[in-house]
Amino acid sequence: MTFSLSVSRIKQRQIAKLIADGKRLDGRGLTDYREIKVEKGVIERAEGSARVYLGRTQVLVGVKIGIGEPFSDRPNEGVLTVNSELVPLASPEFEAGPPGEESIELARVVDRGIRESGAIDLEKLCIIPGKKVFIVFVDIYVLNHDGNLIDASAMAALAALLNTKLFNYEVVDGEVKIKPGFTKLPIRNYPIAITSAEIGGKLVVDPWLEEEEVMNSRITLIFEKDGRICAIQKGGGGTLTKDQIIEAAHIFQKKAEELRKLVVES
Amino acid sequence: MNQELPERLIDESMRRVDGRKPDELRPIKIEVGVLSNADGSAYIEQGRNKILAAVYGPKEVHPRHLSLPDRALLRCRYHMAPFSVEERKSPAPSRREIELSKVIREALEPAIFLERYPRTAIDIFIEILQADGGTRCAGITVASLALADAGIPMRDLVVACAAGKVDGTIVLDLNDVEDKLGEADLPVAVMPSLNAVTLLQMDGLLTLEEFEQAINLAIDGCKRIYKLQKEALKAKYLAIKEEVEE
Repeated sequence: MTFSLSVSRIKQRQIAKLIADGKRLDGRGLTDYREIKVEKGVIERAEGSARVYLGRTQVLVGVKIGIGEPFSDRPNEGVLTVNSELVPLASPEFEAGPPGEESIELARVVDRGIRESGAIDLEKLCIIPGKKVFIVFVDIYVLNHDGNLIDASAMAALAALLNTKLFNYEVVDGEVKIKPGFTKLPIRNYPIAITSAEIGGKLVVDPWLEEEEVMNSRITLIFEKDGRICAIQKGGGGTLTKDQIIEAAHIFQKKAEELRKLVVES
Repeated sequence: MNQELPERLIDESMRRVDGRKPDELRPIKIEVGVLSNADGSAYIEQGRNKILAAVYGPKEVHPRHLSLPDRALLRCRYHMAPFSVEERKSPAPSRREIELSKVIREALEPAIFLERYPRTAIDIFIEILQADGGTRCAGITVASLALADAGIPMRDLVVACAAGKVDGTIVLDLNDVEDKLGEADLPVAVMPSLNAVTLLQMDGLLTLEEFEQAINLAIDGCKRIYKLQKEALKAKYLAIKEEVEE
């Protein structure tokens, strides 16, 4: 059992014992998500935004659009950058300061899902090849941490991108001029992250904070719209077996389908 | 400066850009105990990758408030030398290096009996001197040897290898070009004797069937490297034994 300052030994044992019997402290089944609520367009100043409630976990994602230079190896593509802030108001464990490894991992996993699934049609974000492209800044803002930040952030990021508008422009003498009106950000895939915690040899989907404190390890699979895996990340200092992983992949694939509907149709 | 990029990654006779078959590893050379100051060290060459790992500890924790009451604090730094890649890399740790340091630490952690050394620290340093794809995997393979060389009790060696998808084919141990131009990369670390996966990441696109095929191939590659790991450890300590006996 992992050492934890915030969950007492007695509660840790209780959580593990229940899971061994296929039950959970909050009454959920092992593959049930907490209640999910998605609100799009919550920050008017941002070009796109969404807030996701996953039980008591709350994540806000804001998308800002800028104009800048493309990467030299991809002159015809817009640029995607994903950043995350574990804001101190979200948890007594979070501190102000430069991003730590947890925050960087969170942003990079969400980034991988969006990038590898080809969710944004980056070629349509090219304004002047090699010179000017749209830059999509996705900022993940964790507001209340009650576990499973990856899934909540990935959903919020997708919802915010679906809600993002690009300003109209024209190119006059090599300069970009902004015109009135907007078009939608070209989205062509919908990546959904599914995370489980491994506790006492069993995988529980959508762990809440106290389950994360007890877990040995964590596994996230991100699925694109056709059911292919587009990113994986194992976390935590425990182990998993190959059979556990393969079984999880099949269960998660179906879960992703359910969640995708919820995010896209919200 | 720019490398010439091949048009195809696999030719008609199923040979890869460097002449390998799909399930073939790159040539691997491992040496244990290469640095005199470190408590344990090891060096690996895997294809054109050249990687050094050193372990310091168990030792006193600085700063002290980081020490843990019930086990050793495990720290890991994965770092790329500025000259290790085509275009000079700034020596400051990038976001990628910070993420990799975390997942590598978590890949090695399950192997170490940390509870035997409460209130101490074990530091692992991995320096990528030359990178050619698959550095996190080779880094794990070599770091676990450095831990063993430091005499830290372990449940098993940790060994890592990637599989992936290149030109529609599932292949083992991707090099840099295959990683960049291929369709998917799946690094896996295992403790072979315990049947336990300690690191798993993926980017790219794989169906469930392809994923299953790739993870099996990666674990098979791990088992082959595991043999080389053990040989390298034995090589160092048998040499010492011979010296003593003379």
